This record gives sequence, C-alpha cells and structure tokens, in this order.
Amino acid sequence: MFGKVVTSALFAGFAAGLIAALLQLYFVQPVLLHAELYEGGELIHFGAESAVPAHLDVGGIDVVRDGLSVLFTVLVYTGYAFIMVGAMALASDRGIAVDARRGILWGLAGFVAFQFAPAFSLPPELPGVAAADVTLRQIWWAATAISTALALALIAFGKGWAAWGAAIVLLLAPHVIGAPQPEVFTGPVPPELGGEFAGRALGVGMAAWVTLGAFAGFFWSRELAGALQTA
Amino acid sequence: MTTQTQTAQGQAARGSAAGAAIAALLIGAAIIFVTGHVQASTLHDAAHDVRHATGFPCH
Repeated sequence: MFGKVVTSALFAGFAAGLIAALLQLYFVQPVLLHAELYEGGELIHFGAESAVPAHLDVGGIDVVRDGLSVLFTVLVYTGYAFIMVGAMALASDRGIAVDARRGILWGLAGFVAFQFAPAFSLPPELPGVAAADVTLRQIWWAATAISTALALALIAFGKGWAAWGAAIVLLLAPHVIGAPQPEVFTGPVPPELGGEFAGRALGVGMAAWVTLGAFAGFFWSRELAGALQTA
Repeated sequence: MTTQTQTAQGQAARGSAAGAAIAALLIGAAIIFVTGHVQASTLHDAAHDVRHATGFPCH
C-alpha cells in the first residue's frame, strides 16, 4: 500500500511541479526580478526626481538560478503530492471514490489550505518588503495551513452541524487571531509590483494545485485499480 | 468463517492504509519543511525564488 502511495505521489508531484515551474518562470519570476532592482537600490520608487518606467525588460534566463527554481518547485509539489495522496489513501480506505476529475476538487482544496488561506492574511511577499520575524510568520503559516486543511476535510466528509461548526471556527481562527505584521512599512518596492506579484503567485499556485490534484487522482486511482486486480 | 476471514483481511488492509497514509503525510511535511522553511543560508538561497513565488514566508 505504501509503495502505491509513493509511486503515485512521485509521478503526480513531478508532473505538476514541472508545470508549476514553467508557469512561475514565465509569469512570476519577471515581477520578482523587477522588484529586486528596487530592493538593491538600482531603481528608486519614492522621492525619485524622475518618473521610473513601469515596464522593464528583466527577461533572460539564468541557468543556475532558474535551474534551482525548477528543482525546488518540483520538490515542493512532490511534498504536497505526498500529503495529498496520503489523504486520498485514507479516503479510498473509507469507501470515498477518487479519480482524476474528483482530484481537481482535491487540488482546489489543497490550494485553499496551503496558499490561499495563508495569503489571505500574509500575502505572497516580494523580496524587500517589510515583514515581521520570519519564524513567527512560518509558525502562523503552518498553523493556518493545517487548520484550513482540517476545516475543508470536515466540510467535505463531516456530517452534521457539529462538524460544519468546527470547520467554520477552524477557517476563521487564524485570521481573527491575525498574522504577524511588521511594526512599520519600510519596503522600497512599488505597491503596484507587490499587487501584481501576489495575484500572479496565487494564480499560478491555483493552476499548479488543480494540476496536482488531477494527476494525484489519476495515478492513485490507477494504482488502486491495479492493486484490486492482483488481489 | 469466510466472513470472519474477510473481516480480518479488511481490518489488516485498513491498518496498512492508515499506516501508509500517515507515513506519506509525514514525508510530505518533511519535504515542505526542508524546501520551504529551513533558514540555513545555502538552502535559503537555492530555494529563494520558489519560496517567494509559492507564498512561503522567506526572509
């Protein structure tokens, strides 16, 4: 059983991770590189005498840097794939059907738990923006992801108002408590770039997660069908 | 007798599914922790762009 989970997770994570990496390099990376020019002081936004052009060709491929990004994107989505296929294995064990089409819903739920809910109070950050202590933000991030994932599982598989009520509390609590925020805003990056970056990061994340869910559902249902035939 | 055997097999399968699922969840969480959250500088620099683009707290 564990071998089937591992096989499905590796295939699904690698496929979705590659697609996510390409989308990120094309849509997200140019915004990040643009922002780094403000972070490093090559471009100055506030108080500049002359207007800074909003459009800048920061293109070009840095083989080492972009290669590492592809590698780490694949790793991150493989990690997410292990979590998702593990949850799918639990669902199958309880008689809940899983396939590629249902996997799309799983992917959307994963996106909400691991990207959208944390971003609701801690939006994706450009390099150089003001932010609170990184350890505190990481703890808040992890707590929010876990709490939201549990809430979505309760909504999807729970029965009755006790489960749904608990889900509502788990969904709201991280944002009512609030994410760690900086004491003052000091970032040198134009807010327009920050907005574009957050939108693009979330959009690419949603596409990647939906792909991951579909692949995970596809590979897991295939592995499970194979197991039933040989049994 | 047959029913009992089937039930026993079903329980064993359920146990192995739960074990496999928990192991997979732990492996996944470990991968996310190492790639997304460990602050060791080499790892941080290598994963820098991905951490930002994936919405992890980075700096």
